[in-house]
Amino acid sequence: MDRFIFLTVDGLSHGAIYAAFALALVLIWRGTRVVNFAQGAMAVAAGYIAFSVTRATGSYWLGAIAAVGAGLVLGVLVERGAMKWVGHTNPLTAIVVALGSALVIEAVLGMVYGVNNRPFPVPFSQTKFTVRGHPLFSPYDLFVFGVVAAVLIGIGLLFTRTPIGLRMRAAAFAPETARLLGVNTARVLTLGWALASAVGAIASLLILPTGFLNPTAMDLVFVSAFTAAVIGGLDSPAGAVVGGLGLGLVLSYASGYLGSDITSIAVLVLLVLVLLVRPNGVFSSTAVRRV
Amino acid sequence: MTGHLLEVRGLTAGYAGAAVLHEVDLDVPSGTIVAVLGANGAGKTTLLRTISGLLKPRAGTVRLDGAEIGGLAVEKIVHAGLAHVPEGGGVITELTVADNLRLGGLWRRDVADTAAATDEVFQLFPILRDRRKMLGQQLSGGERQMLAIGRALVARPKLLLLDEPSLGLAPRITTQIMELLRRLCDEHGLTVLLVEQNVRAALAVAHHGVILGLGRIARTTTASELLGDDALRHAYLGF
Amino acid sequence: MRTLWQSTLLRHLVIAVVAVLAIMFATGYVETFYDYQLAIIAAYLCAVAGLTVLTGQNGQVSLGQSAIMAVGAYTTALFQKMFSDHDVTTQWTLLYSLLAAVVVSGLAGLVIGLAAARLRGPYLAGLTLAIVLVVPAITTHWSSVFGADQGLPVPMNPPPAMLGDGFPNEQWQAYFAVLAAAVTMFLLANLVRSRVGRTFRAVRDNEVAAQLAGINVARTQVIAFVVSAACAGLGGGVVAAINGAVSPDSYSLTLSLYLLLAIVLGGVGSLAGAVWGSAAIVILPYLTAKLMTHMTLSPAAAVKLKDNVPLAVFGLALIVIAIAAPGGIQGLLRRIGLIPQPARPRPAITPAPTQPSPRMQPPSSTEPGAPGSTSDTATSSEAASAP
Repeated sequence: MDRFIFLTVDGLSHGAIYAAFALALVLIWRGTRVVNFAQGAMAVAAGYIAFSVTRATGSYWLGAIAAVGAGLVLGVLVERGAMKWVGHTNPLTAIVVALGSALVIEAVLGMVYGVNNRPFPVPFSQTKFTVRGHPLFSPYDLFVFGVVAAVLIGIGLLFTRTPIGLRMRAAAFAPETARLLGVNTARVLTLGWALASAVGAIASLLILPTGFLNPTAMDLVFVSAFTAAVIGGLDSPAGAVVGGLGLGLVLSYASGYLGSDITSIAVLVLLVLVLLVRPNGVFSSTAVRRV
Repeated sequence: MTGHLLEVRGLTAGYAGAAVLHEVDLDVPSGTIVAVLGANGAGKTTLLRTISGLLKPRAGTVRLDGAEIGGLAVEKIVHAGLAHVPEGGGVITELTVADNLRLGGLWRRDVADTAAATDEVFQLFPILRDRRKMLGQQLSGGERQMLAIGRALVARPKLLLLDEPSLGLAPRITTQIMELLRRLCDEHGLTVLLVEQNVRAALAVAHHGVILGLGRIARTTTASELLGDDALRHAYLGF
Repeated sequence: MRTLWQSTLLRHLVIAVVAVLAIMFATGYVETFYDYQLAIIAAYLCAVAGLTVLTGQNGQVSLGQSAIMAVGAYTTALFQKMFSDHDVTTQWTLLYSLLAAVVVSGLAGLVIGLAAARLRGPYLAGLTLAIVLVVPAITTHWSSVFGADQGLPVPMNPPPAMLGDGFPNEQWQAYFAVLAAAVTMFLLANLVRSRVGRTFRAVRDNEVAAQLAGINVARTQVIAFVVSAACAGLGGGVVAAINGAVSPDSYSLTLSLYLLLAIVLGGVGSLAGAVWGSAAIVILPYLTAKLMTHMTLSPAAAVKLKDNVPLAVFGLALIVIAIAAPGGIQGLLRRIGLIPQPARPRPAITPAPTQPSPRMQPPSSTEPGAPGSTSDTATSSEAASAP
């Protein structure tokens, strides 16, 4: 029973992080019909910024702020520097350009930092509280839940209650009409990328303490988060959250009961199962067209 | 010098490979309704899209209130006081009526005036106030057209481009909308460039008429002349 | 009455045979290192050609080609080991191992293709991405069979006696690799020109229209996958045979990205482009490594730069080419006139020069990144019917 609770909490904790990352992917997908294959690389780059700043200043929080800032900047750079120039007719082009961007980012990180694992700073203790001798969750887990909840609520409010959120929704649903209403869709798009990238940076900050920091550290996280987004339906932010939490749990149980080298296999199996039944995700509103 | 709100000279535009408009000249005097008529494929929609900036002109000039807007970004043209209601209205179906309206005025700095304008729109179209929490997709065709026009009016445009507002609407509603346009024109000085297939409805309220054929201006005249002249009408419009 | 030359099959056969003989002849006159490079290029060409057909002709974006190469490589390793364990020394063992690699990879392609038949775009890319990441996990979990991180050796026989004593191993490798590549290219070239190839393109260009024309879309997608998987498996097997060993980190996501770069560089959908692409992804890292030995660097800096500079260059190349030259090298060569444009079927009725209705045209503005820009469709259909 102990083991089950431990795995559940761990699963939810990781799941929350996948949810945040998946949300970043869904945000960009909704705005541009592009899956940001560079999201993992962008997130790990932000992580490296946190690492460097913390190492230089001794403060985790300064490093965290720097990481979020780096996320914003990277989002702008990748969108304006590469993705903006991609035509919309061939989906392969967007995928290739995003992957190329990821390669460049990871290569640069490797050149600057080397590929060895680095220790990542942790703000709170990761030892679990125990209740009557049963380990439950750690201060760090609470931190993760709190941050992800804040991010989700913040993004939700941004989109539904603010003028910029309205512009972003309009630009995503009907870009031409939005322009006719005076919305600078190009700027809004860049902002969307910056925002999504910042969310990815936060996810990076949250997950790296539980693993290792190296240029390819977020690749598996990207695949897991992408799986979560696909499971939930790429169009659905709520689906991203549910998919993320669900995936976190499945991975945790698989890793705990079947062995940790099995995790990527478990992700694949889950992805295949979902896509066989619902090729557009569980929460998608569009059914697969049958002619 | 000429005092026209919109002056188009030698406008040539088209899509990849094919030019649709050929050296179009057009004047829209301030405070009038100008109807653009013509058969399918004549280039009427292309004309509006080029003026509003969705399509970049290949040659020619477009001046709004004396300032050149040809080649500018769509948003900049809108900020200069132009509003374009595309064919079908372009209501964003995933947003509520209220959000659609709000969106129309978001770019304006004067928040108080935008709020006042929104109130006026609700007075013009009371049904929108009733339905303001509903999603765009829940509205009927006529309501959507009203929302689309109302949304454009929230920004208090100098020039309103309307692409076939009567499409898919019952004749009664079409008449309502046309009369409304004329009222806005006469009482509030709105200028309208109206593309219409429904010639009778358009000419009933327009001051001037322009006939577009194969991307060229075939005839420019006053609406009354067009209405009154059987032979002229028959030659160009077929009835 | 068609002349013999107009028969596609015969034409391709003659080209293939001439090319193979010419290359084999040339290998005798260059340093053995270049023979090795040639062999590796030929091996990758199998996989790249398969991928360019899958992605370019059939429109399925697969990031999993390296995983299937791994399937072929490990199958070859296991079969060679089996032959070696049983002391079988004829040269034909290599052929059997490679055939086994093709069959097993084809089966893997069948499984993946079935799972992926209904997936499009990013969903398919994501699935194939997940498959690549599974390879190290599988080799670790069943380490008794696959040898985990250390991998497996691929026992190889020396060059056949009929080639003479002391025949250089690298030249022998070049022989069988080029042969494998020639066979692959021959089969693919014929496939692309055949009815099956046309159904590939029909599904790629307009799925609904293809379905309405009676094409079984799912079956077409699966066939395309199986074909490209078989090619990848052959390529992986040949690589394993050349290197004499196989390990999971050679078949990572990075390799899949290199293969993607190869098809983009060469021109997506173009078999001739696959040749350019394969050569590029083998030669460029070698060149950059050589370049860096001429620069004096501290050992720590050298380590950091060694693998990463080619990666950075490749990433940039992917971006620039995908945006600026969607037809790749083959497309560029056509544009500057070095290669003739493929003959296009002329429409039976030429339309009268009246203005098309604006409503029937896709609205397009001329700003970058705007929806409806037609440059991508033009080049992709260009790549469609040409080899």
